[in-house]
Amino acid sequence: MSVKGLQYWGAPLLSLAILLVFLGIWHASTRQESGARVVDAEYAKLVGAEAATGKKSAFPTPAEVGAKLWGHLADPFYDKGPNDKGIGIQLAYSIARVLTGYLLAALVAVPLGFLIGMSPLVYRAFDPFIQVLKPISPLAWMPLALFTLQDSSVSAVFVIFICSIWPMLINTAFGVASVRREWLNVARTLEVGPVRKALRVILPAAAPTIMTGMRISIGIAWLVIVAAEMLVGGTGIGYFVWNEWNNLSIANILSGILAIGLVGMVLDQVLARLTILVTFPE
Amino acid sequence: MSMFKDPFNPEVKLGCACGRHRDQATHDAELGSRRLDTEALSSRAVDQAVMRALFPCDGERRRFLKAVGANTALAAIAQFFPLAAAREAFAQGRGPIEKPNLKVGFIPITCATPIIMSQPMGYFGRAGLNVDVVKTAGWAVIRDKTLNKEYDAAHMLSPMPLAITLGVGSRPIPYTMPAVENINGQAITLAVKHKDKRDPKQWKGFKFAVPFDYSMHNYLLRYYVAEHGLDPDKDIQIRAVPPPEMVANLRADNIDGFLAPDPVNQRAVYDGVGYIHTLTKDIWEGHPCCAFAASKEFVTQYPNTYRALLKAIMEATAFATRPENRKQIAEAIAPANYLNQPVTVVEQVLTGTFADGLGNVRKVPDRIDFDPFPWHSFAIWILTQMKRWGQLKGDVDYAKVAREVFLATDAARLMKEVGLKPPAVTSKKFAVMGKEFDPSKPDAYLASFAIKRTA
Repeated sequence: MSVKGLQYWGAPLLSLAILLVFLGIWHASTRQESGARVVDAEYAKLVGAEAATGKKSAFPTPAEVGAKLWGHLADPFYDKGPNDKGIGIQLAYSIARVLTGYLLAALVAVPLGFLIGMSPLVYRAFDPFIQVLKPISPLAWMPLALFTLQDSSVSAVFVIFICSIWPMLINTAFGVASVRREWLNVARTLEVGPVRKALRVILPAAAPTIMTGMRISIGIAWLVIVAAEMLVGGTGIGYFVWNEWNNLSIANILSGILAIGLVGMVLDQVLARLTILVTFPE
Repeated sequence: MSMFKDPFNPEVKLGCACGRHRDQATHDAELGSRRLDTEALSSRAVDQAVMRALFPCDGERRRFLKAVGANTALAAIAQFFPLAAAREAFAQGRGPIEKPNLKVGFIPITCATPIIMSQPMGYFGRAGLNVDVVKTAGWAVIRDKTLNKEYDAAHMLSPMPLAITLGVGSRPIPYTMPAVENINGQAITLAVKHKDKRDPKQWKGFKFAVPFDYSMHNYLLRYYVAEHGLDPDKDIQIRAVPPPEMVANLRADNIDGFLAPDPVNQRAVYDGVGYIHTLTKDIWEGHPCCAFAASKEFVTQYPNTYRALLKAIMEATAFATRPENRKQIAEAIAPANYLNQPVTVVEQVLTGTFADGLGNVRKVPDRIDFDPFPWHSFAIWILTQMKRWGQLKGDVDYAKVAREVFLATDAARLMKEVGLKPPAVTSKKFAVMGKEFDPSKPDAYLASFAIKRTA
């Protein structure tokens, strides 16, 4: 293989090799030996295959998980009543919740961050509140939200809102505050009005930092929605995982986890592309 | 349609189906043009029943009415028979359903069987209701969603409506419990590694899980270990874990055992994780567990809906009491939309022929049973235990709370309608682990325990 070919294909091939090694170890460590049955036939019919051989039920093999995953992907949009919907529908519910909470947070965080970044006085006034509220786990808000907002789906959106607001707020403030002095001075020399200065000088200069904050936020929001839905139940991918936990079906849980990872990656990549769009070479 | 003809009209013949039209089409056309609403029809039916009783021979009735006139006849009859009151009594429960689309929350356990099965087996549909039964993650969430009115009614643990009404652990909101779902049907399950520790005295330092602080499970486990000399607050640890997470925790060695609703116990056996130490029916035969609960507001605001809903669940309960139907029910409620469990697990719970986790197949047909009657004495016992473990402080009017929350009268009336036999009284004595409980002397009962948290 030429040097150029190695540069192009090397990383994907290595990724594939890592995956195969991982699957191989998984397969080897979960392979089930059919042990001797230690109970009589009547009893064996009433319990799982592992319990009949005197063991605990085992972790699924890669093949079992693959079969489950294929089953979910083959029919992602079925709807068998309020508690049993396809994985596609569940993901759509989760994405809708995340985007609602996230966009609301952006609507609040970006203007507020602008204000905080432009005025050192406002910055110092808001700082203690931000410092106290930022480290609170979003799920700790859940009981409070359920109690006050009186609606579980609104509460889930609120939790997304509260968890995605801080990175955006802090990054916006930071980005706005660290716009180069020279540019602001040039704007002042040219007697640019405050609104024009904000939109044509500060916003483009701070945009990459703001977008980085938004990218961090969407990642956190996607992490949190799964936990929030496990808590509240009803719909969403978090509920899907919880429902399969209820059934102790590790293969289904792994399918759900994989779907969560893939969607999270897509959301992150979309924001990464947007960041490139607003970044300009200096 | 002779049922709904005015019996005070001397021109009307009651004996025939309809003597006034040549054929059914004309009859229908005429009836359609002056169709009476349901209320008027039902009072007409009451009037008829009375008139038929007074004048067994139709000819006599017509002669009487022709002689004195309809109004005089009405006044005369009203003097010795309260027609208006009878009409009203009959109309109750016959009115239109105010809110046909309902949401009822449930936790995926077999205690909720009558509520869950009503959906796939069509009991709600036949009652004219369109009910979504919504699976919920835990008792605290089901409580909050019901208090928020996201759910119209819910599957709850029978102590919960009492706790909510009294404001223990939440805002005080008048709550009602018109029906018990199931009796018995719980068990103490221990991890397989404790196979030889069958004597509770060996359980010092064990970590146990119960579904909720305000649950029969918590009170029964505390009662059980206390009777064996262990202090449930000092010698063992009890934590609240939602039922679906119990087996996973037992498997991970986070807990040593649990007193849990089924199918959790049977699932632990199925997965080779635990064994069934004792069924709760051996602690208290016929104890209540879960309940169907609704806010007082729902009951008063939508009386007809409430009655239809309750009746559908009562009918399902009546169906579930017969052992021969249990397999069919297990199949209906095991899929992912409801319990999400292997059918055999649910079947073992409902039929009572089950693997105990120690290699034996046990046959206990009344492992779980269904009896909707909300005995006031159950409520009083629960209140004594709430006081015993310090959840409830100060004086309680036991009987009054029991009466207001456990709606025994409604339950009894509907039980009769669906062919169950309600008891004549609302309180009874019973024994828990051989110790008699007299509902008329709750304070003496409470004082008789050595291990308690009462101040």
